[in-house]
Amino acid sequence: MLGRWLRSVSGAARACVRAPPARALQVPPRPAWQPGEQRPPPQQKVMLEVLDHLEHLALVDFRDSEGVERLQKAIQFADQLQEVNTDGVEPMDTVLEDRCLYLREDDVTEGNCTKELLKNAREKVEEYFVAPPGNIPLPKLEERDTFLQGS
Amino acid sequence: MAAAVVRGCGGLWRRARQCGAGGPVPHGQRAVASSATGGAVSAGKSGLAPWVPVVGLEIHAQISSNSKLFSGSQVQFAAPPNSLVSFFDASLPGTLPVLNRRCVEAAVMTGLALNCSINKKSLFDRKHYFYADLPAGYQITQQRVPIAVNGSLSYSLCTGKKMSQMVTKTVRIKQIQLEQDSGKSLHDDTRSQTLVDLNRAGVGLMEVVMEPDMCCGEEAAAAVRELQLILQTLGSSQAVMAEGQLRVDANVSVHHPGEPYGVRTEVKNINSIRFLAKAVDYEIQRQIEELENGGTILNETRAFDSKLGFMPEPNLPPLIVYDAKSLPANMNHQQVVNIDWIHERLPDLPSVKREKLVEQYGILPEHSFTLLNEEGLTEFYENVVKQTQMKPKKVIGWILNDLLSYLKQHSLTVKESPVSSFLLADLLNLLEKKDISSTAAKQVLAELWKGEGKTPLEIVKEKKLELIQDQKELEQICQAVIDGQENEVMAVKAGNQKVLNKLIGLVQRETQGRSNPVLVKQLLEKKLSE
Repeated sequence: MLGRWLRSVSGAARACVRAPPARALQVPPRPAWQPGEQRPPPQQKVMLEVLDHLEHLALVDFRDSEGVERLQKAIQFADQLQEVNTDGVEPMDTVLEDRCLYLREDDVTEGNCTKELLKNAREKVEEYFVAPPGNIPLPKLEERDTFLQGS
Repeated sequence: MAAAVVRGCGGLWRRARQCGAGGPVPHGQRAVASSATGGAVSAGKSGLAPWVPVVGLEIHAQISSNSKLFSGSQVQFAAPPNSLVSFFDASLPGTLPVLNRRCVEAAVMTGLALNCSINKKSLFDRKHYFYADLPAGYQITQQRVPIAVNGSLSYSLCTGKKMSQMVTKTVRIKQIQLEQDSGKSLHDDTRSQTLVDLNRAGVGLMEVVMEPDMCCGEEAAAAVRELQLILQTLGSSQAVMAEGQLRVDANVSVHHPGEPYGVRTEVKNINSIRFLAKAVDYEIQRQIEELENGGTILNETRAFDSKLGFMPEPNLPPLIVYDAKSLPANMNHQQVVNIDWIHERLPDLPSVKREKLVEQYGILPEHSFTLLNEEGLTEFYENVVKQTQMKPKKVIGWILNDLLSYLKQHSLTVKESPVSSFLLADLLNLLEKKDISSTAAKQVLAELWKGEGKTPLEIVKEKKLELIQDQKELEQICQAVIDGQENEVMAVKAGNQKVLNKLIGLVQRETQGRSNPVLVKQLLEKKLSE
């Protein structure tokens, strides 16, 4: 059953994928330029509100000014990408963009494995997973005493 | 209410007043001419500038499919917890999403029915947020380029003094996107924990975004009701709100005409259409009161919507749908969603069904709305019409006034009606043949309602409800009434026609409703002119 399914999937996939075009190597053998040569990267201070927002969203704790500094440097490093000339180039979301999105038949083929799934759960209550209560939101900026604790 | 002038909301927006027909209207005030946005405006407390409420909706409709959007787990309401969950739904590492073709077809169908442009190439994104019922930490959705955009939905409202005037309004559909549903959390505050059931996690949803073109709870409710009917007609969603298959979030704000839109708040967790109307109106009132008292409107839930937390879904290539022109020659059918093929097979939408009913049977537009609003009622009506000689225009009265009110009184659906279309048609035939009067017919219907298995004819015979066919007998009764009502007789002879009705009524009473009023009138007139 599984074998037949695999074969039908790859058959459909083969029908989808176009043969890669024969082209000359696009990537030059040696770097043609270095970032930072064109112009110095703009220095942008990370705003406090943005930091707070990030801490809420990603549940990270920047802890102290050194952490913020590291974030600053990371942003600067990523900003180098802005120097690349992308005029007339469509942004790429995924290396799969040339592939066909495989469409599955609307059949029930999975599920019914409650026991197996719950094996991984540290705690369970009558076949429910147990999680900590709700989403305890981080308190607002003014009320927090852990924000940038180390600085 | 000045129904002729009303284009937007049918009422006034002042403190502590409700919008829409049926709300109390202060004496001497009229709905003021529409504002630039089309919404009716009103005076705030004496002299203050009027308020324009603005309502937008985000509607999540569960796709009616056998399996989930990206996995082969079954879609079913109320199953044992975590029994309809695959490894992918539980977000175990190494699992990948595989798109369900049926879900794409449902979204295209819905987009076409709502006059949208279908994007032949649409993209999937990840929306990240932390919640116990979202095991992956992100939801796969279509934020950037959804499958359908720029549509419209037309809906109707009853306005006017007797709720008999129908007004048609349109709301723009911003987009329709495919996305995953989350699981369900049960909060156990006593033990400080959350219980998570992932049966619903990964079920396909169509999010329908309606632009803020509505101005009150009544409009929002009417728009959602029409959308619900459309989805049910298409079969793309069963849209039963009570089972969570249709969930509505309302975005509400108020502003003064000519000024920019106010801060909007979200009204969530609405589980019935009636509650939607109430909740929206309540929020509008609350905002107006708050602002008129010098306060401000706080928006607490919009953190979700920030531009942060989105990224393209790297595991899914763009979704391509085709039409007859763009379809490549050798493609496997199974891999193709063809917009034109789907378009050709769209069923008649509710608005078209209503038009056909009005045209075919000569009923009023309001009637067609009621027929479609009640599950099975149209079918019942058409069955009665088929089986009776009575004109459809007359039959509709019996369906809407008598049958439907009985059903509502006893909280029954049309399917559960103790009176079948066959029995009702039988009864209406007796009436049409003038074997019984309409008063008698109503009595028979009341008997039939008991569901004791008797036919209308049997009941008529049992209760002696037949119209008196014997002319002589009728003449005698008419004469007796005339003899007993000297004053009235003189009034009629003097030219007062209204009193004649009283005499007819007396004859009716004498005959216990078994006389044909038309015939009685003729006989009385003849006698009185002698």
